[in-house]
Amino acid sequence: MTPDLLPSELTAGVLMATSFAVLLTMTLALIRAALGPTVFDRVLALNMFGTKTVLLISVVSFVTGRSDFLDLALLYSLMNFIGMVALLRFTQYNDFGGSVAAPGESETR
Amino acid sequence: MNLIVFALLALLAITAVAIAQLRELWAVIMFTGIYSFLSASWMIILDAPDVAFTEAAVGAGISTVLMLSTMALTGKAEDIPRKSSVVPLFVVIVTGATLVYGTLDMPHFGSPDAPVQVYPDPSFVERSEADMHGLPNVVTALLASYRGYDTLGETTVVLTAGIAVLLILRKNEDEQDDTAPLARNKSS
Repeated sequence: MTPDLLPSELTAGVLMATSFAVLLTMTLALIRAALGPTVFDRVLALNMFGTKTVLLISVVSFVTGRSDFLDLALLYSLMNFIGMVALLRFTQYNDFGGSVAAPGESETR
Repeated sequence: MNLIVFALLALLAITAVAIAQLRELWAVIMFTGIYSFLSASWMIILDAPDVAFTEAAVGAGISTVLMLSTMALTGKAEDIPRKSSVVPLFVVIVTGATLVYGTLDMPHFGSPDAPVQVYPDPSFVERSEADMHGLPNVVTALLASYRGYDTLGETTVVLTAGIAVLLILRKNEDEQDDTAPLARNKSS
């Protein structure tokens, strides 16, 4: 697929700097997720990591001039949301059953 | 662009080490989600958006939810006795060396002699409409007819895996009394 529009040299430099800043933030989020003492540190770090992935894909799509990557970035944010909801639901109820907090299920564990 | 690729690969390696080190299973599941996000963005940079699409949807989305729901049925802690890891390390190194040795025969990245540049015969595109009695979509013709048995095998594998997951994750009302103490014993 041919690029839609290529950025100028200055814009490309700025975009590369942006992508490195995003990568640095991803590294920091990864460190927090690995160290994080509580559940919510890790959940927040994972959520931020997913958001930064979306940003990185968007920046790369502008560097390479391919606007079709932006659809993928949208899909990634949706997936991030679904995973986050599943994770929080699990930490809250220990269960994914149709009925929230099935009687006797969450208390017995 | 190469630097972004290197940074992504380094993050992938860090995530893999963290997955191997952690002993809390839900944190491991979170890290597998991170891993599949990272590999999907690497695939995007390698110009394979369709593979990245699948990886993000299946790897980060569905398999995270499936693994979490599996963990709700079993236990939260991984109780592996940490004995000597010399033999597993040896096996991993030998397997990795074999795989790297296997890649030596492959053509270089982007090489014009690579089979992917040479083999796709344009006659597929020219003939498919006549072969398929007027079907305009070449991809459908390839998937459903030229590679029909391959696709049949793939769908069989996916169906089997889906049935197995449903059998594991299903809960009957009468079985619930039996499985609950079992899960509690495992997690304790």
